[in-house]
Amino acid sequence: MSSREQSVIEREDPAHGLTVSWGYDLAAAQRTDAIALESGQGAERAARASLRAQIARLEREQSAIVAEHFPHISVPVRASAAECGPSLLDMGELERARDRLAHELQELRIDAVRRVEHERRAREQLQRMKLEPGRYKFARLPVRDLGQGVCGVWEVRPRLGLIGMLAGWWELKLSSGCPLSRGSRSTRDPGSRQ
Amino acid sequence: MAGVEGLSADAESVLGWRAHEIEQELPELRLLISEARHTREQPLTGGSPPDVRRRLSELSDRFRGARAVAIRREPVPAAYRVFFRHIGLEPDAVRTPIEAVVLERMAHGGFPTRGLLEDVLLVALVDTGVPVWALDAESVDGQLGIRASREGERLGRGADAPSLPAGRLVVADTSVALAVLFGELAPGHQPHAATRRVTLFAVQVAGVPSVYAEEALWACRTALEQP
Repeated sequence: MSSREQSVIEREDPAHGLTVSWGYDLAAAQRTDAIALESGQGAERAARASLRAQIARLEREQSAIVAEHFPHISVPVRASAAECGPSLLDMGELERARDRLAHELQELRIDAVRRVEHERRAREQLQRMKLEPGRYKFARLPVRDLGQGVCGVWEVRPRLGLIGMLAGWWELKLSSGCPLSRGSRSTRDPGSRQ
Repeated sequence: MAGVEGLSADAESVLGWRAHEIEQELPELRLLISEARHTREQPLTGGSPPDVRRRLSELSDRFRGARAVAIRREPVPAAYRVFFRHIGLEPDAVRTPIEAVVLERMAHGGFPTRGLLEDVLLVALVDTGVPVWALDAESVDGQLGIRASREGERLGRGADAPSLPAGRLVVADTSVALAVLFGELAPGHQPHAATRRVTLFAVQVAGVPSVYAEEALWACRTALEQP
């Protein structure tokens, strides 16, 4: 017999209407159970709120990495993700969502570190190409590798073409950026100018 | 259902009700509702008047590539991304409303016009980051609120209303679900060419100041109620 049941028996007094046939205060037990259940539910709700807060932090960090390293780093999208609908997630679903996001974020962090290292090496290479172009004849370095856009290439070329090649005059040049969507002016149909 | 009707800082909009479990789990989720009388000459589904087209064009100029990339970090769009995760949507697969239109802006080189009502809702969304939807007010029975769909429930009153899986978060009136939260509207409940009264609703989530949601509704109302 539990101490709670014992205390009920000791307090039993017909004069005060506390009549329990076998010495167990069912109403009090139910109240206690309800409080316990409520506190259990409250704890579970708090746990879900905590998971949502973790998801919010992970999402913000993921967005920061994607925005900073665009277009070189992007989030892989699961094929089934587009079929999901909005619903209240239970504890297990929130945990799975948190874990999936944490895993994705970990991969993105690794990609971001690799990307930073790649850009650092590319900048060093560009610096060397600037200082000693003659040692890097016809070497090409896309600006994409430097994290400075998507179009354009740094290239070590001979000055004055063949003369430069023979004389050893080398220079570093940057191409003129993204191609025009309608092609270069010289190749456009002359009739389309009207 | 927990009622929060009537609470509003803006006399023109009211807060919708929320089911008890939603109030418990997502206490900062709010549905703001407003009614607008369409007083323009053009039908809601017809072409936009010059002032609305001009506004769309201005907003197109405001969004360039750099901002489109960084928009996921802006406070209001970021709040919707987080909320999407909280309700089981992946914002990179199911785009938040603002990200969807910005992506479209980048793809088309501008915000294309799609008719008066669509354009008005788009302007409000791009201006504030808060999505607004519109229903034909005649087809709404009582006040709107947010709840989870029931077993075997359908989206809308029509005979061809699609069925909903149980537990889907929906915007509903007192009897039926009228829209999936951040999703499709019930067929037959959208405003049509002859609609003169629309029920506008905006979904406000944690991290979005009320003034943004109220402004989004106000912008739609004033745009539709111009002579």
